[in-house]
Amino acid sequence: MSKQDVRFSEEWDKEKELNEAPKKEEEPTLQKALPASGKSALEKNQINFGKNQMTKRLEPSLNWKATVDFKDHKNVLRDTQEERHGGKLERSGPIVSAGRTQLVRKSAEKIEEIISESSSESEEDEEPPDHRQEANADLPSEYWQIQKLVKYLKGGNQTATVIALCSMKDFNLAQETCQLAIRDVGGLEVLINLLDTDEVKCKIGSLKILKEISHNPQIRRNIVDLGGLPIMVNILDSPHKSLKCLAAETIANVAKFRRARRAVRRHGGITKLVALLDCAHNSQEPAQSSLYDARDVEVARCGALALWSCSKSYANKEAIRKAGGIPLLAGLLKTSHENMLIPVVGTLQECASEENYRAAIKAERIIENLVKNLNSENEQLQEHCAMAIYQCAEDKETRDLVRLHGGLKPLASLLNNTDNKERLAAVTGAIWKCSISKENVTKFREYKAIETLVGLLTDQPEEVLVNVVGALGECCQEYENRVLVRKCGGIQPLVNLLVGINQTLLVNVTKAVGACAAEPESMAIIDRLDGVRLLWSLLKNPHPDVKASAAWALCPCIQNAKDAGEMVRSFVGGLELVVNLLKSDNKEVLASVCAAITNIAKDQENLAVITDHGVVPLLSKLANTNNDKLRRHLAEAISRCCMWGRNRVAFGEYKAVAPLVRYLKSNDPNVHRATAQALYQLSEDADNCITMHENGAVKLLLDMVGSPDQDLQEAAAGCISNIRRLALATEKARYT
Amino acid sequence: MNRKKLQKLTDTLIKNCKHLTERQGTTIGLDRNAFRNILHVTFGMTDDMIMDRVFRGFDKDNDGCVNVSEWIYGLSVFLRGTLEEKMKYCFEVFDLNGDGFISKEEMFHMLKNSLLKQPSEEDPDEGIKDLVEITLKKMDHDHDGKLSFTDYEQAVREETLLLEAFGPCLPDPKSHMEFEAQVFKDPSEFNDI
Repeated sequence: MSKQDVRFSEEWDKEKELNEAPKKEEEPTLQKALPASGKSALEKNQINFGKNQMTKRLEPSLNWKATVDFKDHKNVLRDTQEERHGGKLERSGPIVSAGRTQLVRKSAEKIEEIISESSSESEEDEEPPDHRQEANADLPSEYWQIQKLVKYLKGGNQTATVIALCSMKDFNLAQETCQLAIRDVGGLEVLINLLDTDEVKCKIGSLKILKEISHNPQIRRNIVDLGGLPIMVNILDSPHKSLKCLAAETIANVAKFRRARRAVRRHGGITKLVALLDCAHNSQEPAQSSLYDARDVEVARCGALALWSCSKSYANKEAIRKAGGIPLLAGLLKTSHENMLIPVVGTLQECASEENYRAAIKAERIIENLVKNLNSENEQLQEHCAMAIYQCAEDKETRDLVRLHGGLKPLASLLNNTDNKERLAAVTGAIWKCSISKENVTKFREYKAIETLVGLLTDQPEEVLVNVVGALGECCQEYENRVLVRKCGGIQPLVNLLVGINQTLLVNVTKAVGACAAEPESMAIIDRLDGVRLLWSLLKNPHPDVKASAAWALCPCIQNAKDAGEMVRSFVGGLELVVNLLKSDNKEVLASVCAAITNIAKDQENLAVITDHGVVPLLSKLANTNNDKLRRHLAEAISRCCMWGRNRVAFGEYKAVAPLVRYLKSNDPNVHRATAQALYQLSEDADNCITMHENGAVKLLLDMVGSPDQDLQEAAAGCISNIRRLALATEKARYT
Repeated sequence: MNRKKLQKLTDTLIKNCKHLTERQGTTIGLDRNAFRNILHVTFGMTDDMIMDRVFRGFDKDNDGCVNVSEWIYGLSVFLRGTLEEKMKYCFEVFDLNGDGFISKEEMFHMLKNSLLKQPSEEDPDEGIKDLVEITLKKMDHDHDGKLSFTDYEQAVREETLLLEAFGPCLPDPKSHMEFEAQVFKDPSEFNDI
């Protein structure tokens, strides 16, 4: 920071000299702050930035807000005046700041913290380009006036300062030229220094200006760099309510990037902000004149605004909860002031992504209020309520609560209003998560939501599509809805979506298509539209979630397609691809591929082909696992694959048998059944019987013979009988 | 302001008087010096000219002495004045010649010492003149080159900070609170006077 100080004072000196000279002369050197070495920093940063961008795109995230594409779209839709982020400014390039070391430290910290921060935060943190005023352009007259005012701020007493501050506020502080002008003439330091004084009027005046200019992302960073945040946090303790309000609102504007949020927390800001929410608590009777007074409700509102900005960071969410924020927020939800409701719901929605919160949210009857506010007229409020429901509905009880409080109907009716895309995304997200509960799906069908959802499959931005498809995927778990989707013509658009690059969307689409494929008529349509081939090529997608989901979806496709064997064989290189996926590290991928192989291997010819591709050793290598899901599907695959040639023997040679016996010790009945069946198949070979016997399979299987599961009984019994038969034969051979 | 508080204020005046001027003749009151002393010590005001004007503002009958009722009336504006009362009071303080307008010269006079004199500046008054221009531009709504009460009132309603635009003539909030805490705290304390 000292470097910046030096630079500012240097510039200030330069400008002072300049003031003597005629103002018309343009000084190119005045504004050029780029040191020569800065150029290489520029290139380096560009590369770093590019890398960050790329890694971000590939990063797994089911939180739809975090997708890069969403950000692009948001910029297109939204006004730059929108309060939440200055999205456009932040993405156009790397920063050229005064301290290169500062930048290196920042990116190192960013990498460390990327796990600890919630994904909704990562979008804003790209360093904005640090514009200096264009050297060639005519500096606007505001620039000179502001410079003069800052001079008075520096050199004036309280009276002059107040006059200068009031005058400065009259400039159009929303305009970037003015904002940067204030900064470039050293105004930020002065304003922040004023906050540190005891003069209430100066503090008020300064905060009013800082509040406005901190809408600019660069200015925010400068304020934090200059140590403005701790001072503002201290002001929150002031007995003057209007000061508290202004400080909180300014913090709300500044705390829009990670470093700022961290700083607020580190200086104890979260506790103080939570304390502001407490309007029931009556601070001492204001003996003050009404000049510095504000209503308690206003204080609470500003506190909520600040908390909303801060709550995007995971650590802050925790801090808010620990400071007792949830009951206070719940209390504030009961008001009917929209200005108050929006930041409160916004904060709740941010925090609801954390499990600890969801429990508390249930306890505080917040869901009821959220549902009530879905019916409000205010679109932003509706959006945030829907988002909060989306976050909370991860939990079953909440899903039921939403239904019980009558939340499903407004959600369904909001689907018809497609103009506000952000709200639509939030609503579809809430519907998606609520659809995880079957009772809710029934209700949605009653409200004709499914038809509307199918209608939304085309011409919608990606963040809406992700949720719509997710919802349909959940709904199609039920037979009637599958038929309904088919009748509405939903299959075609779904299959069309299989060619995308958005990972989350692909995961949802494959799941939905897989769900639909359970119905033979739909399967026929999918097949006709070449859907199976598209699913198959998704097995090549770099992202493991997509691969796994595609593999899961292929299972019902193969089960229900006509001429499944033919179809599978028709994919060039398809079988080899599947077998090679057994080399993956990802357990979900492995389990899904095993399931697919189980289905593929039902056809003898295909089984032969995959045997040639080496499926047996690959499956055997996977046998040593404790993951029950994998165990089950692996055992099923093995039992299928035994039915060709000498695969049984080969499994024994590749030492798959002994580990399989251990599976019998698992707690999962599905695993038992699959393993018993596999062992039964394997026990047709004598060597395998010996291995099983040596590994104590008989005792384990005996227990299962009495199981209520018929398939398990049969398989266990069959296996034991094979082992016994071998034993008998051996004995007989010994004695003859 | 209820009776009790009025009583307390009277008592502070008496206390202060007794403390500062024993030589006073018949009327109980504060002369200019004593009054300014109080302003300085209790309310933290430092600007001589303003303090003088405040005295004039308190001393409605212009007899050079602030008596009990003037004291109470003045303090009631200080401590409990509504925005309207304070505006009127401040305007009177700032209107040096009492003609109902704050002229540029008066503003200049009041702001004379508000900027640090830069050693390199040729004309130290230029900054003050500029400040006066800025203030006038901001507050002079009828564009007649001077501030009438209407202008001033309108400006203050838009931006409360401008109430004491030309100098601190009301107590700052901290001293205000301290004074109140001290004076209004315990009724029993005053009983033995």
